[in-house]
Amino acid sequence: MRKALDFLFKHIALFSAISILIVLIAIFAILFKEALPAINAFGWKFLVNTRWAPNMDIFGGFPAIYGSIMSTLIAMLIATPMAIGVAIFLTEIAHAKLKGPVGTAIEMLAAIPSIIYGMWGLFFFAPYIREWFGGNGLGLLTAGIVLAIMILPFMAAITRDSMNTIPDVLKESAYALGATKWDVVKDVVIPFAKAGIIGSIILALGRAIGETMAVTFVMGNAHKIPKHLTDPATSIPVTLANEFTEADSDLYYSSLFYLALILFVISFIVIAFAKFYFLRKVRAAK
Amino acid sequence: MKKRKIINLIIMSFSTVAALTGLIFLFWILWVLLSKGLDAMNIKIFILDTAPPGREGGLRNALVGQLLLVSVASLIGIPLGIFAGTYLSEYGGNSKFSNFLRDISDIMMSAPSIVIGAFVYAILVAPVGHFSGWAGAVALAIMMIPIVLRTTDDMLSLVSQQLREAAYALGAPKYKVIMQVVYRGAKVGMITGILLSIARIAGETAPLLFTSFNNNFYTTNLNEAMASLTVTMFNFATSPYEDWIKLGWAAAFILGAFVLFVNIIGRMIIKKKVK
Repeated sequence: MRKALDFLFKHIALFSAISILIVLIAIFAILFKEALPAINAFGWKFLVNTRWAPNMDIFGGFPAIYGSIMSTLIAMLIATPMAIGVAIFLTEIAHAKLKGPVGTAIEMLAAIPSIIYGMWGLFFFAPYIREWFGGNGLGLLTAGIVLAIMILPFMAAITRDSMNTIPDVLKESAYALGATKWDVVKDVVIPFAKAGIIGSIILALGRAIGETMAVTFVMGNAHKIPKHLTDPATSIPVTLANEFTEADSDLYYSSLFYLALILFVISFIVIAFAKFYFLRKVRAAK
Repeated sequence: MKKRKIINLIIMSFSTVAALTGLIFLFWILWVLLSKGLDAMNIKIFILDTAPPGREGGLRNALVGQLLLVSVASLIGIPLGIFAGTYLSEYGGNSKFSNFLRDISDIMMSAPSIVIGAFVYAILVAPVGHFSGWAGAVALAIMMIPIVLRTTDDMLSLVSQQLREAAYALGAPKYKVIMQVVYRGAKVGMITGILLSIARIAGETAPLLFTSFNNNFYTTNLNEAMASLTVTMFNFATSPYEDWIKLGWAAAFILGAFVLFVNIIGRMIIKKKVK
């Protein structure tokens, strides 16, 4: 009886642990199966074809892929220096009494649901973009900035954690030699925390590329390559969010799954790369 | 001043400005939530269902739907996550297999939520022929499991080995040691992890867009399409109707308040525990 219960407990636990692997494999398999008609119809050309005309059953994924890459790129260009700045502030500059509250406040930004970022972006932030940069306020630039604000706290927290793994002695000896704070950051902190910082950047990139709600509101949803950063555009998640329930032909439906598969593969590679290659050390030190 | 001192000043000022900018955006967003949300709040929100534009409506169906979706997702996700985390910590330890599953779970944690929605659509909505609360709950549960798994794993590994040995010495079988000694020791951390995972899935919209979809009527039947706060927010905020947008902000306020409240509570519990 006792042995049976022990056996049962262990195997329920084992099954639960394996279920996560099963789900991951199932997601790949199902996305691939549903995307197959579109893969057969368009092949690799889907990736570069710029035309998306559901009424004629012509589907090209390039506008969505381009929008995903560009909005993520803008977000990374803004968020990376800022996140490193915030982390430097939290580890080197802020007074001990400020560190906790400011750190917590920045992390609170990460807890706000992304749909709220989207609503705020649409109603309160997009008008400023319209005023300052022209266009109608919706497009790659707005999406990029809203994304940047969304991933900033996430990146800053991991960067701070990896900067915190540095032994104090290292920093103190540099200060003792007369180094300025920036000297210490540049020559001691950043080289030491490099893997963690790069890992956080890549992980944030993975998050930004798959983010849906924060950008669906502010992207403008136009299936073409925008000429300017302020023109309406689309991205893979935005296309899925807006059109999934409208897909009325099999090829339309399958093309959306093709896009979902591309997104999943991209984010899988990005996240795995960040985790396996760069973030091992941070995790081990934590 | 020396050049390197000037550079130092510039970089340190930039860092301070970066942190300030982050705080400004946080307070801006919080202020928007608070002012717009409180402005839209009234008792009707809790007793009326969503209505066509122009008619007086509330959010009762969305609130109930949200509660049901999150509860059912929790009922699926929490036990699975705890058992999985228990396996990794208590049976697997640092074996290659366990570390592989930890990596898989980290990847799942960061997987785009809209892709999970599409996956659940393909397995639970398309074959059945209609949207359902069950599909929404399953999508949320898939997002929840890796979070619960990782926190359980981390928290159990903090329980001291001596405690386990003491229990074994008394002749307790492994499952009893885990349930009565290890879980008890890790209780606070596990509860915090669970709370945070609930807050996290409560704010999810993308996986619900094509699983539970939406419903303008009050329902507790998980076999039907079901309204949720987040999808209602999405539909209302992007609509051209003033009163709908207002309700959208009310929903955003309720959701934002809940998520931030749970996060603050979670942090306080962990802090107390660590001290």
